[in-house]
Amino acid sequence: MSTKSIGKPVSRVDGPAKVTGAAKYAAEFNVPNLAHGFVVNSEIAKGRIKKIDRTAALGVPGVIEVFAHDNRPTMASGSGKYTDETAPPGSPFRPLYDNAIMFAGQPIALVVAEEFEIARFAATLVEIEYEAEEAITDIDTQIGKAYEPPKKRVPGWDPAPRGDVDKAFTQSPIKVEHAYRTPLEHHNPMECFGTTAVCEGDGRLTIYDKTQGAPNCHRYICSVFGLDKDKVRLLSPHVGGAFGIGLRPNYQLNLAVLAAIGLKRPVRVTLTRRQMFTLSYRPETIQTLTLGAEEDGSLSALRHDAIANTSRFEDYQEPTAIWTGALYHCNDASASAKLAQIDLFTPCDMRAPGGASSLYAIESAMDELSYAVDIDPLELRLKNYSEWDQNDDKPFTSKALKDCYYRGAERFGWSKRKPEPRSMREGRELIGYGMATGIWEAFRVPTSARAMLAPDSTLEIGCATADIGTGTYTILTQIGAEMLGLPIDKVTVQIGDSDLPVAPVEGGSWTAASAGSAVVEACNGIRQELLKRAGKIKNAPLEGAELADVTFVDGEIRMRGDPSRAMSLADVLHGLKDPIKSEVNSKPDPKVFKRYSHYTHSAVFAEVRLDEELGMLRVTRVVSAVAAGRILNPKTARSQIMGAVVGGIGMALHEESVVDHRYGRIINHNFAEYHVPVNSDIHDIDVIFVEEREPHLNPLGVKGVGEIGIVGTAAAIANAAHHATGVRVRDLPITIDKLLGLTPSRMQRFLEENAR
Amino acid sequence: MINFDYVKARDVGDAIKQIGGHPNARFIAGGTNLIDLIKENVARPTRLIDITGLPLAEIEETKAGGLRIGALVPNSDLAYDERIKTRYPLLSSAILAGASAQLRNMASTGGNLLQRTRCLYFYDPAMPCNKREPGTGCGAIDGFNRMNAILGWSESCIAVHPSDMCVALAVLEATVFVTGPKGDRAIPFVEFHRLPGDTPERDTNLAHDEIIVAIELPREGFNRYYSYLKIRDRLSYAFALVSVAVGLDLDGGTIKSGRVALGGVAHKPWRVPEAERLLNGQRPDRKVFGEVADIILRGASGFAHNSFKIELARRAIMRTLEQAGAGTPQSQSVKSIV
Repeated sequence: MSTKSIGKPVSRVDGPAKVTGAAKYAAEFNVPNLAHGFVVNSEIAKGRIKKIDRTAALGVPGVIEVFAHDNRPTMASGSGKYTDETAPPGSPFRPLYDNAIMFAGQPIALVVAEEFEIARFAATLVEIEYEAEEAITDIDTQIGKAYEPPKKRVPGWDPAPRGDVDKAFTQSPIKVEHAYRTPLEHHNPMECFGTTAVCEGDGRLTIYDKTQGAPNCHRYICSVFGLDKDKVRLLSPHVGGAFGIGLRPNYQLNLAVLAAIGLKRPVRVTLTRRQMFTLSYRPETIQTLTLGAEEDGSLSALRHDAIANTSRFEDYQEPTAIWTGALYHCNDASASAKLAQIDLFTPCDMRAPGGASSLYAIESAMDELSYAVDIDPLELRLKNYSEWDQNDDKPFTSKALKDCYYRGAERFGWSKRKPEPRSMREGRELIGYGMATGIWEAFRVPTSARAMLAPDSTLEIGCATADIGTGTYTILTQIGAEMLGLPIDKVTVQIGDSDLPVAPVEGGSWTAASAGSAVVEACNGIRQELLKRAGKIKNAPLEGAELADVTFVDGEIRMRGDPSRAMSLADVLHGLKDPIKSEVNSKPDPKVFKRYSHYTHSAVFAEVRLDEELGMLRVTRVVSAVAAGRILNPKTARSQIMGAVVGGIGMALHEESVVDHRYGRIINHNFAEYHVPVNSDIHDIDVIFVEEREPHLNPLGVKGVGEIGIVGTAAAIANAAHHATGVRVRDLPITIDKLLGLTPSRMQRFLEENAR
Repeated sequence: MINFDYVKARDVGDAIKQIGGHPNARFIAGGTNLIDLIKENVARPTRLIDITGLPLAEIEETKAGGLRIGALVPNSDLAYDERIKTRYPLLSSAILAGASAQLRNMASTGGNLLQRTRCLYFYDPAMPCNKREPGTGCGAIDGFNRMNAILGWSESCIAVHPSDMCVALAVLEATVFVTGPKGDRAIPFVEFHRLPGDTPERDTNLAHDEIIVAIELPREGFNRYYSYLKIRDRLSYAFALVSVAVGLDLDGGTIKSGRVALGGVAHKPWRVPEAERLLNGQRPDRKVFGEVADIILRGASGFAHNSFKIELARRAIMRTLEQAGAGTPQSQSVKSIV
């Protein structure tokens, strides 16, 4: 299909606003009489607040109020009122609800002052008397109590076992069984969370929030504070990164609204970087992979058992057990995902939740199997390639993973790899090549959108979805422009506003497919209306034309096959006073999801180099070959993959939120000690989008690209690190000490202790 | 963040006068460390005395053939100064191994000496820390101590000094010039920082009302045979797990004398003269370097999360000596290890 806007590397339409500072973020909306809140966080991990002494804090000039559970405005009591569209089963946390403390860093008071600095200072003067109880935060001590969550977050994440995996494993000539672990990670977007809550004079409330779902937070706030939803508007026009931490409402939203209601004046609450570590996180996992194979490498038994931590009050779950069955052909397979409760906040979705950590373990185990059967890792994947989803016994809507393997391998130069570990070197540097597969679900979810074509041929798109740095503004602009044959600069897009047609949270890599489809359908409504008008014009070239007969291109409506029969939009719109409007509730076809499995795939190849003695490892090259259907914008899509690969490098080598179990407290809560990759850590990242025709999922033929780039990347690097050194590190992050074998890894210690 | 008074010192004498009688006052220059500490409520100065206007930002020749570096010379200016680059490249290299370009632009020479430890427990006011609040205990000793000391620590404190620049200054045997109400003092670099003992709240031997005015470098700069090697958890913008500065005086392939200092392992840059003397009269050789490393690390002992640093330090010492001996110093921009 020839296109004018879709598929073109259009630069971000919000780019100029962002680089000039015109784009406003939640904590940048200034209003007169604004008060500033600073959060007091619990210093203990479990127990009760016995007493709060506000005297010193209230004595600081400029301090207005210190809110806590004992003096806050009324909030809903039932925890069900605090749920949101991404909440897992359980009782959601209720900020400042009562005196119970359930995790270290829990918000327990809000100091509100005339200035931020005053509030921050006074927050240090709030005296809290605690009654502490013992907190247990070490998942290793809770393994015996791990359980299958009784209530599932999403049906279908626990596929039934097939065949008899234990018997098949016993009979397999080749056996590989290892445990892997991944640590807690915090999302840490650049923009810290902030909310500005503004009481308008007429009882209305306007809230500027950082969120991945304005409608989700809007519903939450109305529910918690018993507000009339027509009198509350929540806006989130720009989001400085989120990676999933903006899916659920965060506590600063609750506290800003609480204070604004309590004080009847505008209040802003922003979090510091340290406080960002009191929010949710990617859970810690311990995963056991049990692989049986024939001598030729074909899988005869495949078992994946995962344990992840959750909090005491919610059963957070992520897709874990679905991947092996969807990726590899094996008739005897099972997978399980259990939870272990500890005294931390509830985990939440972080970029490719479940996928990023599971595929690290699965693809590490496949690499180990490749050595056990002495077959090239890529060949092993191809040998076990699955054309059919055995989890659900369905075909795939599309699956160009083979092309990812081939094209990725070619670009990377995989054929130059010598199979033996430690066999490739340059001077004192060891070189390692590793690869892994990536897989992520290709969703589409119900989304509404509207389109308005003004008499001057400018198009305005509205949809309450979000742009968390992903490029939503840009792709929706492109789709609108394409649909009506307009140049990009005639199209504006409004998103991130609860007053706009409702959309789900921007997550799950579903926004391009979902909001994109809604925009297509809304624009189809405009097309129809335009054609109706054009058809009514007597002796006009398009008289009697049907929608299927025409194209919208270059500001014209043209008959297919006869470009001489055309009318400009200006002519069709001539004399019109009001815009043409079209609003749709766009829904996926349930039959498609019943008939097909739907995944995005990738193949990741990584080269690492490190000094033999000193271990400082560099990821010198990554090739990520992705099959994600049609690519709406190769520029923003490439940025998504690159950013996710950087996230994967961080996952492999750097990221770990360290809990001091004596205090139940995350102890490396700053950017000096919680490492994410810096520029020096990032070298060549080569992104390939392979051709993939996606005929079923949505009218655009797209799959999302927000998450697939991180899935498999950590495994590819871990496998490359093993290839370089001969050392297999089975717990992330892969640090110097583990790589040089100088420190027994936590996994080794765990296994040794359990063996005793 | 505590509410504080702010005054700007007119001259060095005024600065000393302004701090007198204010035990909770602090001098502030670049503020790259102090502002962070104030924001996190770790440092609670009631008064800040801004010294950025003082005339201490020059680098001058000394009569002894060395250089005198004003306390307010920014780290970047120092690292990129032609005289430093050609005569004391070890110093330039060590500075560029630390922090980020933005921080180096702001950070002052004197302030670099006075930066506080990055021990996680020091940085978190909810945690016990004898350095931050004497008598509360050491959170790190039985806690997460990956970044902590393996040498010279005490039961009350296992923090390390985080500076890269100071490791080079220890090798160069710089002198710290300070002044205070009792007059001027010259402190040999090795005596400037101290070990924690049972008073870990004191990082240095500088009195509260004294101010650093300059750092003086002697003539010998080891500008041919030197190297600064920093081993860390990511390739930039990370504090050292272990760093090593080496300067060798090599004549016809024989080491006349050499110096070795370690960073990231103790409460101060770590030097062992006895180990350095082993180098005298030797040819650069891995066996000798191994013996030197063993003596430097004699008595080293670690904790649950940092014992690996002992072997890592041993390897890093040997490699840095090799780099220096071969005249192939470690690059700070190319991240592969020479």
